[in-house]
Amino acid sequence: MKIIVKILKKPITSTLIAILFGFLVAAIILAVTGYNPWQSFGALFNGIFARPKYISNVIIKATPIILTGLSVAFAFKTGMFNIGAEGQYIAGTIAAVCVGVKLNLAAPIQIPLVVLSGVLAGAIFGGIIGFLKAKFGIHEVITSIMLNWIALYLSNFIVNTDAYHQPNSTSSYAVNDSSFTMLLPNWKTSKAGMAALKPNQWLYEMMIKTDVNFGILVAVIMAVVISVLLYRSTKGYELRSVGFNRDAAEFAGINVNRNITQAMIIAGALAGLAGALAITGNAPHKISTMAAFENNGFNGLSVALIAGSSPVGCIFAGLLFGGLLYGGQSVQQEVGAPTEIINIMIGTIVFFVALTKVVPLFADKLEKRGTSHAK
Amino acid sequence: MQNKLDIFLLIGITLMYSTPLVFGALGGVISERSGVVNIGIEGMMTVGAFAAAATSYFTGNPWLGFLAAGAAGGLIALLHAIASVTFKADQTISGIAINMIGPGFSLFFCRLMFSKATMTLPAKTLPKIFNENAFGDSSLKNLNVDITVVLALICATALWFFLYRTKWGLHVRAVGEHPAAADTLGINVSRTRYLCVIVSGILSGFGGASMTLGIISQFTPTAISGQGFIALAAVIFGKWTPFGAYGACMLFGFAQALTVVLGGGDFAVPSQILAMLPYVLTIVILILFVGRSVAPKEDGVPYEKGVR
Repeated sequence: MKIIVKILKKPITSTLIAILFGFLVAAIILAVTGYNPWQSFGALFNGIFARPKYISNVIIKATPIILTGLSVAFAFKTGMFNIGAEGQYIAGTIAAVCVGVKLNLAAPIQIPLVVLSGVLAGAIFGGIIGFLKAKFGIHEVITSIMLNWIALYLSNFIVNTDAYHQPNSTSSYAVNDSSFTMLLPNWKTSKAGMAALKPNQWLYEMMIKTDVNFGILVAVIMAVVISVLLYRSTKGYELRSVGFNRDAAEFAGINVNRNITQAMIIAGALAGLAGALAITGNAPHKISTMAAFENNGFNGLSVALIAGSSPVGCIFAGLLFGGLLYGGQSVQQEVGAPTEIINIMIGTIVFFVALTKVVPLFADKLEKRGTSHAK
Repeated sequence: MQNKLDIFLLIGITLMYSTPLVFGALGGVISERSGVVNIGIEGMMTVGAFAAAATSYFTGNPWLGFLAAGAAGGLIALLHAIASVTFKADQTISGIAINMIGPGFSLFFCRLMFSKATMTLPAKTLPKIFNENAFGDSSLKNLNVDITVVLALICATALWFFLYRTKWGLHVRAVGEHPAAADTLGINVSRTRYLCVIVSGILSGFGGASMTLGIISQFTPTAISGQGFIALAAVIFGKWTPFGAYGACMLFGFAQALTVVLGGGDFAVPSQILAMLPYVLTIVILILFVGRSVAPKEDGVPYEKGVR
């Protein structure tokens, strides 16, 4: 009994139960609408793992949402709801394109400049939200939502300016090659590179057919950095106490308003980083006119929630989410079931993440009953 | 006529754009006044939009579609109620889940019903207020707006009357401000919150319907793209009151109408910059006039009996 209680109390158990329910509900819906759930899930797993190309693409898909997930999770820890990660991500892509197109320096200088400009743009967008909350008490949800749209139209505006618009297209120019953050982009397509890769089929397919890039490394490093910042530093202690109990933090002499602004600057910077890395790391290395949001920021919300706002958890939640999104395409191709089943599945997982907060409470009850029996 | 600012056109477009927002925002008001945060308006509006278009297409009766939208919105809101009231779950998380499940379901069933397409075929729309030819060719014809515009105003008035002039409205507000006190007076906190969240879904569903049965005549993946979030902002902007939210939606619709009307002429500002206007304006007005917004006291806090 004690072991069961212990297992039930672990946060990861609740999350796994939620994921299980997600698959269960999806299976029921598929079965009811006349598709074979096993076959569909088979197609899903094949679409994620069957080929090295797929695995690589899942990681590429997961990279930005791990970072936006981190952004949301970090803000959550400081008591802010960053629904604006979408706009901060877009701001990051805009700045990266603006700098990456205009500048053409040596890669070791170019790449940091392009990426940092994206980080800065995201930080500004996030900072506005934090500042308006701290200074005027304007609810962060309103400013976030408004700034998301402002970012979207700003992006469309930049795409259509003479300086950046690529003629006869709906997109901007691509950033200069020196900004690329793929793994050996020139070498792998050169004769020598092809020859070196050829013997290893696995590596060959992954390198040649997908944009293997350094983004995932940055994402993992950032998850660790944020984790250390939150749990091993004085600043993190301040930020978390503001999130946990604003009044108590104020009473303890912590400057609440400054912490709110700082938290949103960091959260925005993370989302901006995601946007910049998406530009430097993946084809087509440019921004296009958008009619609606591409959800890299909104998906970060779900990632953060599935991860229970744990920074390191965001890595795994992001990979899961990226896998489902990418593998989900195969479900429609192979079984014919609408790919939106994946959205229902992810939504259900998030829903049960909310519900399974009761699992530890249930474990408590179980424990109490156990002790009363012992008497 | 071309270069003059057409005031009737401006009013007409304002009313048109604001109507789906008004329904969504009213839904947000009733839910949050009872103490349940509703981030899921967007998802509820989307299922409403789909249910409305599909029902109207298959039955040929747009009013049935309108009702179906309310039913669909209410049904998915029930999920939110179960999570946030019975399971005392985090309402933000549950709301975000609704925002994924809602569009997911809508597009899933849309593909099943409309031969794999993500949009429905054009459906019969709701009538306008007046007869089609009532104004002839005069500019006044721009005032002949969708019937949903009137319904939205009626709903706002009814909600105001309900919240501030009836016993049950007092109950709702009490449950949102101080559920423990309400409980001791014999008000059933759980039931009140359940009902308010479901009504919230019904209203949001209507909002979706006024999009697909009024402004456009079919459901598309982008039919509801952000209106639910704007409605959410309007709830906060309007300080959680029906007419406050209504006004916020009108303001937003007006800003959008301005961009349409100004964008049509030979105006020097690029259309994308103009398109930002409603969003920038909202932030500026918040800074200048509205300031700190105070939510209902127990908004978002699950009620535990016997816990102080």
